Amino acid sequence: MTEQAIDSKAVEEIVRRFDAKPEMLVQILVAVVNEHGWVSTDVIRQLANLLNLSRADVHGVVEYYHDFRTAPPNRHIVKVCQAEACQAMGSRALVAHAEAAESSDTTLEPVYCLGNCACAPAVMVDGKTYGRVSRERFDALLTAAREARS
Amino acid sequence: MSRVKVFVPRETTACSVGADEVALEIAREAKKRGASVQLVRNGSWGACWLEPLVEVVQGEARIAYGNVEPGNVASLFEAGFLEGGAHDKRLGPINEIEFLATQERWTFWRCGLTEALSLDDFIAHQGFKALQKSWEIGADAVIHAVTESGLRGRGGAGFPTGIKWRTVADTKSDQKYIACNADEGDSGTFSDRMLMEGDPFGLIESLAVAGFAVGANKGYIYLRSEYPLTHAILSKAITAARDAGWLGRNIQSSGFDFDIELHVGAGSYVCGEETAMLESLEGKKGIVRYKPPLPAIEGLFGKPTVVNNVVTLASVPNIVNLGGERYAGMGANRSKGTLAFQLAGNIKRGGLVEKAFGVTLRELIENYGGGTASGRPVKAVQVGGPLGAYLGAEQLDTPMDYEAFIDIGAMIGHGGIVVFDDTADMAQQARFAMEFCAIESCGKCTPCRIGSTRGVEVIDRMIKGEKRDENYDLLVELCATMEDASLCAMGGMTPYPVRSILQHFADDFASGQEK
Repeated sequence: MTEQAIDSKAVEEIVRRFDAKPEMLVQILVAVVNEHGWVSTDVIRQLANLLNLSRADVHGVVEYYHDFRTAPPNRHIVKVCQAEACQAMGSRALVAHAEAAESSDTTLEPVYCLGNCACAPAVMVDGKTYGRVSRERFDALLTAAREARS
Repeated sequence: MSRVKVFVPRETTACSVGADEVALEIAREAKKRGASVQLVRNGSWGACWLEPLVEVVQGEARIAYGNVEPGNVASLFEAGFLEGGAHDKRLGPINEIEFLATQERWTFWRCGLTEALSLDDFIAHQGFKALQKSWEIGADAVIHAVTESGLRGRGGAGFPTGIKWRTVADTKSDQKYIACNADEGDSGTFSDRMLMEGDPFGLIESLAVAGFAVGANKGYIYLRSEYPLTHAILSKAITAARDAGWLGRNIQSSGFDFDIELHVGAGSYVCGEETAMLESLEGKKGIVRYKPPLPAIEGLFGKPTVVNNVVTLASVPNIVNLGGERYAGMGANRSKGTLAFQLAGNIKRGGLVEKAFGVTLRELIENYGGGTASGRPVKAVQVGGPLGAYLGAEQLDTPMDYEAFIDIGAMIGHGGIVVFDDTADMAQQARFAMEFCAIESCGKCTPCRIGSTRGVEVIDRMIKGEKRDENYDLLVELCATMEDASLCAMGGMTPYPVRSILQHFADDFASGQEK
């Protein structure tokens, strides 16, 4: 993930991939966030132009969906499941632990169900889901993520 | 020496506890020892508590080894596990594991059994048989079989599938669609995901059968973004099916055109509501539509659309193959067939249990689930996701069928069962129900948008002990308003968990001093 401005050529390429169809806006934004980490106001302006939509339309969609970050994330994205099945296995304490462990290279985001409810509590680190996560395992996962992408 | 087949699931839960690392280690160890191993990546059987679950093929049998860690692999080779040798992790033949042996697998029968991404293996296991049979018997007969089966929407609403299909088939239009709802957002549910990861071609076939039955040539799958591995598997399967001529124009020279487009959600729970999902598929905010018009008449892009959940669709091929009557022969009352129950939360043996309707909650939690993971008594069970009621231990003998659950003010929903032990603070769970609604409300209707926030505030006051009786009455009234006046189930059913907690666990609000 980069903190620099998102390259407009790259955004153009994504739009082309979806044939510049306005009805693919959600899919285009998914791709932008997957590949660049976030959606900037420049990207909103550019998408509005390329898709012949108003900036308000694009902005509205960006604001609506939780996944569409409007600020660049830190290097590692950590999501601790906060839904019921994980709550039943102590995810509230795990969230508190994760909050305490937050640092300048992590972005902690809530997620409501990773679909790993039989092996709760569940955590997603840099796009991969982990189950049966104790506090010790959480720390180990973070260390491993840092070693894999430092 | 012939190659020994070793199955290691490539499925989210298995991989979340190390299946990929185990597979890697088996390959490495085999190479080191000069053993000839063919690694097969299957889906999960659904015995999540045994993951990573490795199987070794021995003649006709598949010998299972459970909870295998990478560190166990060397000792497994030492113990001769390629010949089914004895080891602490050895469980015996997979089909003799009680958790699996006593299930009634109608929809999930291929999950775990086959190599998920092998089209050949799929076809060797009756793959596309139902689609070919559909071409023989005709669209009308397919819809008739689905109607006769009594199949109802497994996403949670329980609407009769045959009626929905008939409506779309009978609506005249130049374009119709199948929209498969794979936005499995309910906590405690993972059956859609397991099916898509374990039997992706099965879902593809199901969509094609639906398309043929109602006259649609295009299908959409709306998959939630929280399932990246599912996305990878499903994308590959769609491409492979297209390359082999099972999707696209003139499928297998049948004259039938059908293709599938895979869409990914973006973290909105409400997009699991069918009309919000259609909005999202059109590239817009996932805001709920007014009904009518029903999606079956004016759905995606204003065209007649079958909106069905993954499990609903995936139940159809066997209904076509074996007949609707056979499916209708299972179940209880007006709840026909099977449901893939999902045991989750604080449970010893969590996983997927496909059983005919009518099985009791107690059988599922105690016999299959083995009670709580903590070993403590069960305090509450939430059935049907975040909008489902919390049941008390005294309600565990309720049979799992749509009507029996409605009778006790609960719902089966998508079949998720989340168990809590006696350490759970139910006042906090009630608060969370309202909080979740506030976070996820699409904002279109006031009872849901504002009511949920007021609900959190009222519950906070009750927890603090402020004017408890007055706030209790207020909460009951708020629940009634939300239920009666919300546009969709989000606001309309958030009162279910809240009220059930007031009814069964009122003591949990009494921790603070009355002020």
